[in-house]
Amino acid sequence: MSKVPAELRYLKSHEWARLESDGTVTVGISDHAQQALGDLVFVEVPEPGRRVMAGEACAVVESVKAASDIYSPVSGEIVAGNAELGGQPELINRDPYGGGWIMRVRPEDKSQFAALLDAKAYEAALAAETH
Amino acid sequence: MPFIPHTPDDVREMLATIGVPDIETLFDEIPRELRAGSLESIPAGLTEMEIGRLMQERAARDGRRLNFIGAGAYEHHIPAAIWAIVTRGEFYSAYTPYQAEASQGTLQLVYEFQSMMTSLTGMQASNASLYDGASAVAEACLMAVRANRRSKSARVLVPASLNPTYRAVLTAIAGNQNLSAEILPYDARGGHLTAASLDKYQGEDVTALVIQQPNFFGTLEDVDVLTDLAHAAGMLVIAVVNPTSLAVLKPPGEWGSKGVDIVCGEGQPLGVPLSSGGPYFGFMTTRMEHVRQMPGRIVGRTVDLDGRPGYTLTLQAREQHIRRSKATSNICTNQGLLVTAGTIYLALLGARGLARVAAACIERTSQLVAALTRIPGVRGAFDRPRFHEAVLQLDRPVGPVLEALAARGIVGGYDLTPHYPALGAALLVCATETRTTADIDTYARALGEVLDKAAAA
Repeated sequence: MSKVPAELRYLKSHEWARLESDGTVTVGISDHAQQALGDLVFVEVPEPGRRVMAGEACAVVESVKAASDIYSPVSGEIVAGNAELGGQPELINRDPYGGGWIMRVRPEDKSQFAALLDAKAYEAALAAETH
Repeated sequence: MPFIPHTPDDVREMLATIGVPDIETLFDEIPRELRAGSLESIPAGLTEMEIGRLMQERAARDGRRLNFIGAGAYEHHIPAAIWAIVTRGEFYSAYTPYQAEASQGTLQLVYEFQSMMTSLTGMQASNASLYDGASAVAEACLMAVRANRRSKSARVLVPASLNPTYRAVLTAIAGNQNLSAEILPYDARGGHLTAASLDKYQGEDVTALVIQQPNFFGTLEDVDVLTDLAHAAGMLVIAVVNPTSLAVLKPPGEWGSKGVDIVCGEGQPLGVPLSSGGPYFGFMTTRMEHVRQMPGRIVGRTVDLDGRPGYTLTLQAREQHIRRSKATSNICTNQGLLVTAGTIYLALLGARGLARVAAACIERTSQLVAALTRIPGVRGAFDRPRFHEAVLQLDRPVGPVLEALAARGIVGGYDLTPHYPALGAALLVCATETRTTADIDTYARALGEVLDKAAAA
């Protein structure tokens, strides 16, 4: 069973989001997503300063099997990309909710974050996917 | 006999199973007016004997003309060994196999090709080839849009002295993908791109600059200056090169202080016959930092579970069969057979052999230009160094002159008038290593007579 930390919010497309104390939202992919993709070999993180819409593809994670888009959970400005992933994409496999974070977004509208799936709803979505 | 495995009984059974009366009904959803209708205008098939006869007659009508036309496709000597090897059963397929790793020989050949192209262009990674030089330029521009992440504009600067066919194909392929190609003028005296023509783009968001070396006129560009200026302005640089010329010219990987970002071009000069314009092959190389944005297949060398070397398709995750509409390109095949010819050509000639071919081309073209510009009414258009082509200006329209030369068995060059009206009666000529001094004399004599006759009429 993959880990779904209770304090995070999720997208059906398997991104997680965490509201930080400075108001930014950190984004990564869930434990389930990294397991499904297998060993990651490359991560393309967005350039800081880029403006994104909620649901917009703004990063790419690539495994030996597939290259998948990462969607921003909220509209706003990219304030950081995880540069560590350039040399160590496997951080996502090892620590998807910690060192494997992908980007930070400064949201325009806080209500978008509140509307994301909570852990329970994401677990239900995962269950629905596998059955 | 049609190559369809189903018998009429099979077909009836399948139709009955899905409850459709006939095959025609399967196409019901296509509106009437969009249907091609009957194929009445297509003649019935010919037998092998008939088609062989027809093609021989047509080939005889072409005759064996003395050729002085280049303009993107070049008549080089092709050692007989090349096509003897290419047509061996082990190589004789136009495709990378679908179960690619089962064909280690094909993959090794492509890997050798890639190694040769990276070495020739001074870059770090090569793909397994593209359709031709023109589509390679279009793919390179689209790649630059993906790779230049600081640029948002998808504006690409394209010199007017880039092969006009490449410009047309770039517009056809990339024009509907939000890419805008802006044309840079050439210098009227040198036929080259000047540094000053980039001035007005300073401070603007431009994605990439295309530099063709030698350019369509055969003129050599100031590649170092142009590359550095473009990089300083945040553009990527795309080099479009003739592979033969790279044996004697600086490889694009060393242009300017950093080298270019993408190199592409037409592979035909490497052992592929002119053959009425195709099939040819395009090539593309790049730096490692952009390799994930490069379209097409890439063969890598690896080891198997027992540690033995082996070849495999690599970086496939961005390709069409995995990424669908988000693939880096919808070109996912390569020109396997022609790449085989190109690889054998380069292996047979070696670096020194290729340099001798290039040097002979430069020498023959200089002889040709000297012989033709001695004729009254013929002058060289540009004063810059060139590779193996040159623009001549005549004092009368080029079309009728070329027709009169053709009647004497000479293909006299490429009429630039339709693409470059500002150059007046301009003719692009080329002499490769296959033209002898006697050939050049024959052409000069014929052109003199044709112009005399036209002046007297």
